[in-house]
This record gives sequence, C-alpha cells and structure tokens, in this order.
Amino acid sequence: MAQDSAGIEPPPGTRKRAERPRGFEWALVALAILYPMALMAGPLLAIVWGALSSGFGAMARQLASPEAVNALRLTLLLSLAATALNTVFGLVVALVLTRDDFKGRRALNGLIDLPFAFSPVIAGFTLILLFGRNGWFMSLIDSLNLRVVFALPGMLMATTFISLPFVARAVAPVLRHVGQEQENVAYTMGAGYWRTFWSVTLPNIRWGLLYGVSLTFARAVGEFGAVLVVGGGVTRFTETATLYIYRSLDDRNEVGAYAMVLALAVISFCLLWLMEYARKHAQDE
Amino acid sequence: MNATRAQTYSPTSVAPLPWGRWSLRVVALIWLGVMIALPLAVLFEHGLREGVVKFWAEITNPVALAAVRLTIFAAAVMTLINAVMGTLTAYVLTRYRFFGSRLLNSLIDLPFAIPTLVTGVMLVLLYGPQRTLGAWLEARGAQIIFAQPGIVLALLFITYPFVIRSVQPVLMAIEREQEEAAWTLGASRWKTFTRVILPMITPAIVSGALLSFARALGEFGSIVVVAGNIPRSTLTAPVYVFGQIESQNQMGASAVSIMLLALSFTLMLLVDWMQKKRGGEHGAG
Repeated sequence: MAQDSAGIEPPPGTRKRAERPRGFEWALVALAILYPMALMAGPLLAIVWGALSSGFGAMARQLASPEAVNALRLTLLLSLAATALNTVFGLVVALVLTRDDFKGRRALNGLIDLPFAFSPVIAGFTLILLFGRNGWFMSLIDSLNLRVVFALPGMLMATTFISLPFVARAVAPVLRHVGQEQENVAYTMGAGYWRTFWSVTLPNIRWGLLYGVSLTFARAVGEFGAVLVVGGGVTRFTETATLYIYRSLDDRNEVGAYAMVLALAVISFCLLWLMEYARKHAQDE
Repeated sequence: MNATRAQTYSPTSVAPLPWGRWSLRVVALIWLGVMIALPLAVLFEHGLREGVVKFWAEITNPVALAAVRLTIFAAAVMTLINAVMGTLTAYVLTRYRFFGSRLLNSLIDLPFAIPTLVTGVMLVLLYGPQRTLGAWLEARGAQIIFAQPGIVLALLFITYPFVIRSVQPVLMAIEREQEEAAWTLGASRWKTFTRVILPMITPAIVSGALLSFARALGEFGSIVVVAGNIPRSTLTAPVYVFGQIESQNQMGASAVSIMLLALSFTLMLLVDWMQKKRGGEHGAG
C-alpha cells in the first residue's frame, strides 16, 4: 500500500486502508477541502496577484535595495543563531526530560511550554524590563559596556525565547518512543556518554530533530512582535524582514512590502516542505 | 575511563555516568531558568511592584478591559469554528482517499511556516476596503478588515493546524473494527460517529481547541495589520500592551500582560493535565 491516501503511515496493524467517499460523504470531503481553500488559498492568491500587478521588475528592485538586503540578512542571521542555540539546549532539555529522573523534572516539563503561552509582545517587553532603562540588570550591562535593548543581543534573546520549546517538544516523544535499550547496550559494550549519543541516540532521533529544527527556524524567521518591541526596528540596524514589511506599509511603499511578503512566503513554503519531509520520515520509523 | 566505569554499573539499569547526568541536568535547569523563569519573575515583580490596588486599577481601566474582553471573545469564536472544522478535516483525512488528499494533508502545517505578519498583509490584500473582494463585500455591508470579523479570520488562519494535528493521531489509532462492529449491529454512520468515535476523540478535540485558544490570546503580528486597532472596538489585548510599552506606561503593560499570561498558562496546564490523564506522550510521567 505505497499510495497511502492520508500521506501518513498508520501504526502497524491499527488501520485499514482509507476508502473512497460515497454519497453524502462527498459533502464532508468537499467541506474539508473548501474551508482551507477559502481560508488560505484566497489570501495566498491575493498576494501573488498583488505582486504581479506591481510588476516583477519593480519588486526585484525593491528587494535588491540595501535596506531590504540588510533586513533579510539580519533575519537569516538571527534565525540561524536562535536555531543553533535552541537545537543544542533543546536536545539537552529533551534528554533530561526523558532520560533523567529527579524532583524538579515535572516543573521543568511545565516551564518549557511557557513560551507557547507568551504573547511575542510580552516576551519582548520582559527583555526591556530586564535590560532596559531602570531594568534589573541595567547596571551590570552598563559596567560591561554592552547594549541589549534596541540592539542585536536583545533581538537574539527574543527570537530564541519565542522559538524555544519546538526542538525539545519534537524530540522528547521520539526519545521516549525509541526507549533506552539500545543506549544501554552501547554503555554495556563500553561506549561512553558522547559516543553513545553520537552513534546511537542521534541517529534514532534524526527525523524528529529535523522536524523540530525546521519548526524553530520557521518560527524565528517569522518573528515580529518580540523583535519590534525589543529592537525598535531601526532601518539598516535592527530591522528584520518582518519589520521591513511593517515599516514599508507605514511608509506606503506597497511594492516593497509585497516584495518582502512574497520573499518570506517562498521561504515559508521551502520550510514547510522540509517539515513535511521530516515528519513523514519520523512517522515511518 | 568511561569504559571501565560504565561496566561497573549493574546490567539491568545501565545508566549514563553520574557526571554526565548531573551536567545535563544543571545545563537544562540554568537554560530554562535564565530564558523562562527570569522573564516571568521580572514581569510579576514589575506588575505588582506598586501594590495590588495599582495593579487592579490598571487591569480595570475601561480600554484595557474592553481589549481583554474582545481578545477572549474573538478567540472563543475562532475556537468553536476550529473545533468543528478541525475534527471534520481530521476525520476526512484519516478515513477517505480522494483526489488531493495527500496534498491537503501536507499543507495543513502551512500556518506554522508562514509569518503571522505575512498572514495579516495577505488578508488585507484580499479583504481590504479598497480591494476587489473587500470592496464587493463592503458594498453589501460586510466590513471585514479593520473590523472584528477580520480578527476572527486572522485567528482562524494561524490556528488552523491545532485541532487537526491533535485529533488525527487518535483517529488513526482507533481500530477500524470498532466502527465496523457498530455498522453491522445496524447503527447508521452518523450514529456510529456520535456514539463510538466522538467520545474517543473528545479529549483530543478539547486539548487542540484549548491550545488554539491560548495561542490566539497572544496573537499580535497578523492582528496589528488586520484589526485597525481602534480602542474599545478592535483593539486586542496584545496590541493594547504594545501601545502601553510605546507610551512608556510599563505598569499598565505589565498588569495586562500578567492577566493574559495567567489566562493562557492556566489553559496550557489544563491541556497538560488532560494529556497526562489520557496517557499521552506530552506529560512528564
């Protein structure tokens, strides 16, 4: 049954092949297709149409402007750095959640989901309260001659915070599912902690990890509220791609805004493809 | 060193070396402490610094109150629609095979990949008052952008995957035989669904719906472009917080932030508790 209709491999022996809808069921299918079409395809077509009507030449010129290039470069840089941080620490957190047992573990498990409940605006705001004027750590940063708020360190912290749970949340269930047996075998055979992680644990969780990493990166690229609050969106300095769109709309530079919207939409589709690729492989295993 | 030490462990519980275990634990605790507990602490300290009376005055400010009420109302409307459409889509995707079902399934996660600001801009492009569809609708008395329907529409877009992705695995795990047994006993398809399947997937529907509700409470990027942000009419709580930060009223921003966080965190705890009860993989146990 290579052509599984749902695109998701069922857990072995739990589900028979999906069937063709009959009669009334076609109405359900139609509803399930038409709803996302109206909700998402319409707006997507509108942006493509809007972009076409402003002309590709004009859009390309806008995207090649120094401001746009700088904004895209900053977004890429911040997202890569935040993803790297969250991959390393997310793996550590996932390992602690599944392979360790101590009193505070439950609290840890609740804490990791908190960024899901944080509005991005509030996330940026807490950084101002910590590092801004009259903030908790203002004297410390001043003595170190650092700038956090309205500068890159603050924006990196905001981006990292907002995308923090994804890797740990994608990897932990896989770690739990794979179990500890293979790792224990490796230990018994004399492999050390690192060796076991690299040659046993990591290969087992690679697809779940890739899924988590691509979600993290997508979230980081699209971050807006938190970097707006903490970075201030100073052109060419703390302006990311999303902040560039926001400013262009304010300046009535619609062509520039649509060009960047389209660029981000293209990036999103690439990331979606990566997410789906990883998700399918993760489900196969 | 690793080899000899590892072999001294009893074969039944071959665990990682204590030093590795401890360092992982410490790294995870410090990471989550600095990144999550600290921002939370500063927010609460700031909101309650000038006493409960001041805090209460800030959250009962009529504009703030209206903003919070609107946020909850829009999120609730969205959640209801999402629960119904999400369940239907998940059911159709797991049970039927039709032209485009694979494609539909791999496009479900699209809202996770698209920046929410981009979502907002696309919606304005399609439904904005000067746009084709927007102008047509407005001529018939239906204003979407810069009005409350636009807020609900944006929330529906960004939370589209939540219920589907929560219900789908549960539906796939339900034995097809149970459904077939109900049919052979003479139950209609509808009766089978409401009596056999629905009770089994209700917890998944509720947890997906609650998650989308919590997510909607904090939404900023799409709403800030779509809503028009008129106080007491289309100003949502996160946008209100943003305004307070911009006008240097940190006290007001903290107070409303604390309220929003308390609300969405309670919901997340509820989801966690439900998933633990269900024996899902999400919980610590």
